[in-house]
Amino acid sequence: MQHIIIGAGPAGVIAAETLRKCDPAASVTIIGDEPEPPYSRMAIPYYLSDNIDEAGSYLRDPSTHYSKYSIELVQERVEKVDSKAKQVTLSDSSTRNYDKLLLATGSRAISPPIPGLDLPQVHSCWTLVDARHIIELAKPGANVVLIGAGFIGCIILEALVKRKIKLTVVETGNRMVPRMLNDKAGGLLKQWCIDKGIDVHTSCSVESVKAADNGEVQVSLSDGSKLPAALVITATGVKPNIEMLEGTDIKLDLGVLVNHSMQTSNSDVYAAGDVAQGIDFSTGNFEVQAIQPTAADHGRIAALNMAGNITEHHGTLNMNILDTLGLVSCSFGLWMGVDGGEQAELYNPGEFQYINLQFDGDCLVGASTIGKTQHIGVLRGLIESRINLGHWKERLLKDPTCIMEAYIASTQELGYS
Amino acid sequence: MQKSLHIDPGKCTGCLQCEMACSYDNTGTFNPSRSYIKVFTFHDEGRFAPYTCTQCDEAWCMHACPVDAISVDLATGAKIISDDKCVGCKVCTIACPFGTVNYSQATGKVVKCDLCGGDPECAKACPTGAITYIDADWTGYDRMMASAAKSLPSAEATH
Repeated sequence: MQHIIIGAGPAGVIAAETLRKCDPAASVTIIGDEPEPPYSRMAIPYYLSDNIDEAGSYLRDPSTHYSKYSIELVQERVEKVDSKAKQVTLSDSSTRNYDKLLLATGSRAISPPIPGLDLPQVHSCWTLVDARHIIELAKPGANVVLIGAGFIGCIILEALVKRKIKLTVVETGNRMVPRMLNDKAGGLLKQWCIDKGIDVHTSCSVESVKAADNGEVQVSLSDGSKLPAALVITATGVKPNIEMLEGTDIKLDLGVLVNHSMQTSNSDVYAAGDVAQGIDFSTGNFEVQAIQPTAADHGRIAALNMAGNITEHHGTLNMNILDTLGLVSCSFGLWMGVDGGEQAELYNPGEFQYINLQFDGDCLVGASTIGKTQHIGVLRGLIESRINLGHWKERLLKDPTCIMEAYIASTQELGYS
Repeated sequence: MQKSLHIDPGKCTGCLQCEMACSYDNTGTFNPSRSYIKVFTFHDEGRFAPYTCTQCDEAWCMHACPVDAISVDLATGAKIISDDKCVGCKVCTIACPFGTVNYSQATGKVVKCDLCGGDPECAKACPTGAITYIDADWTGYDRMMASAAKSLPSAEATH
């Protein structure tokens, strides 16, 4: 049995390990187009802040791990998938045949249609190559403009500030991380950044980037500002890498559509991670989540099914945790609430503290927090186990901090309920 | 046979000796806020519940770690954090549905119960037998975890 995995990120590597465990005799190959050993994009902010070297971002120890588990690593780009011939074509024109194929091709950074984003001073922050460019240009004292205050933009703020640059953040939304936090929470995050000396422009867009005489660029904003910059970082979202699948019988939407077995519309082809449009726990719809825990779950479940161990995927919970200059925020599931649901809220702007719990009936279905780092995983537990909170819901409506107590009392035999 | 922590909330008096012992062993300070075991207080019911990692088989934290910083201690079954590898990204703290992996501002890393390498200080410090370290089959932990985890739906083998 020849298993081919396209993509060397977490979904691909975890799938390869799972295949090796379930099917010791199979041949397992990972084909990835980046020049480094398999690494984690999650670690890039810590590389940018000099907390780790590049090797600290590696998913596994490349000197021993892959050979120990007989996982073949191929560094080439897959140009074409021929799902009828069950063959992939690589950038060196060679071909590989597969019995089962896993698409774990991930996603890539996208740029908005702004003139000048092709200048050499403009970089996204998605790959180790990007990170090296940023390190080179973000010299102490340099003016840096960050386009986008989403998850990636916010998570690299600390690293940028540590590099002693002068930072301006431009976000089209009215607050920070608008896709993860509501007005109050996103506003708190904005205030936190302003207090730390960052120039934050929300409800504002970049109109153009032009080359300047001194080797730098000039960034023009919709509010009329013109900013000099030695480096412009675009952090305006990612999209799944599905181009090599066009013209195949594999059904595509925003990403690659997969069923409860992580199988695509072609029964020998599976998809996992950022590229897969799989089931969302909260909505039951097929969605692209592009988060690390989902990539890990997808990779494992896809591999189990590829190896013939039929395993059903019941949906992954969309969740994020973000450290913005030391202020930790997180969101889970339907953090924006549901029609007819109730919410519990604690808003303490002076302390940069926020908790928002969203209920559907007696069940927690979503949550977002700022400034809380202890026991936050239990929000996942409460949501995913669909615990009927009973009178604990009333307590949470009065005091949303008592999430652990609600969980313990609802799941353990303490002599009361 | 592997052992695990057995917690009997009915015997807990809320004295916090476990938190003191845990924080001292792990951080060198008597600081309950840095303890890996936490006693939750139920004022209305007049009850206390010590709570820490159950070293669950699913190991949600370990699978979610993007840099291979969490591994299984083969001697004890504990899921342990490698400070050398942990970058402090906190993904494991939201992946753990029991809320028992926490970020430490003091170290910039995540922390969790490691069973003290097989000789847990919390159990030794507990004066009432609310926390004991006994053969895994006897703890009832499996039952407790099953009740909490059975509806966690990410993956269930159907056969």
